[in-house]
Amino acid sequence: MKRALIAGLAGLLFGAGLTLSGMVDPVRVRGFLDLFGGAWDPTLGFVMIGAILPMAIAWRIRLRLLQPLAGDRFNVPETAAITPRLLIGAVLFGIGWGIAGLCPGPAIADLALRPVPAAIFVAAMIIGFGLHRLVDRKGPPPAPAGR
Amino acid sequence: MAWNIAHPITGLFGGLLIGLAAAIMLLGLGRIAGVSGLAARALGLSDGGAPLPIAWAFIIGLPLGAAAVALTIGSIPTRFSSATTTLLAGGLLVGFGTRLGSGCTSGHGVCGLSRLSPRSAAATATFMLAGIATVATMRALGIAW
Repeated sequence: MKRALIAGLAGLLFGAGLTLSGMVDPVRVRGFLDLFGGAWDPTLGFVMIGAILPMAIAWRIRLRLLQPLAGDRFNVPETAAITPRLLIGAVLFGIGWGIAGLCPGPAIADLALRPVPAAIFVAAMIIGFGLHRLVDRKGPPPAPAGR
Repeated sequence: MAWNIAHPITGLFGGLLIGLAAAIMLLGLGRIAGVSGLAARALGLSDGGAPLPIAWAFIIGLPLGAAAVALTIGSIPTRFSSATTTLLAGGLLVGFGTRLGSGCTSGHGVCGLSRLSPRSAAATATFMLAGIATVATMRALGIAW
């Protein structure tokens, strides 16, 4: 229960940050990706810098902790392999990101702000999750993000 | 007070909140705040990962946080494509691609880059370039958005 509350607080802050920064607006996100449109919008870059700063500190603090403050152990990826699967997945994700101007976090946050179009995108995204599960069950599970 | 969302300062501030949220997940629970992984996990579409209450609580927090900001500061621009096919095609590719590539903007871009992970740096550079190429191609072909 306590751990779910902590995760809920983190989700809340994450959703608030996406909204304050304008990243829940697909036009803003596509504005960052649109290098050749004559009106480049750098905001997403500032969002990334702002998000990476506290996390860089958090990774250093993590080195001094034997376990998380409210958990048994750190479940963070330790593999560093750059595989074809990683790169092909990133290409497909990037194409979808460019087409719609949405990645998973903003799309889910947008369920509260623009329920109909956000739900259409999120439903298709969930079908994408399911398709991946259907076709990618062979072989060892890939390492998650973060290392 | 009126927030000017167009300003880079709000981007930086919103980013700090996102990074703080990711730091709480890491230092509090020992978990990566990767939205695609947590969403798939909550729906039972991934093996392993965070316990279900953690995955669900984080995912439900996202729209709640958005709603809290909207209620506090008023209308938030959310300009979606009016074409349903755009939303469907984008959603399918984002869903499949983030699972195949083991992460999205949050997992690879925020959590991985901040750790100087070469794997996440390669993924982030790849999806950024793919996104830029996609928008440029749509512009060149005159595809309505």
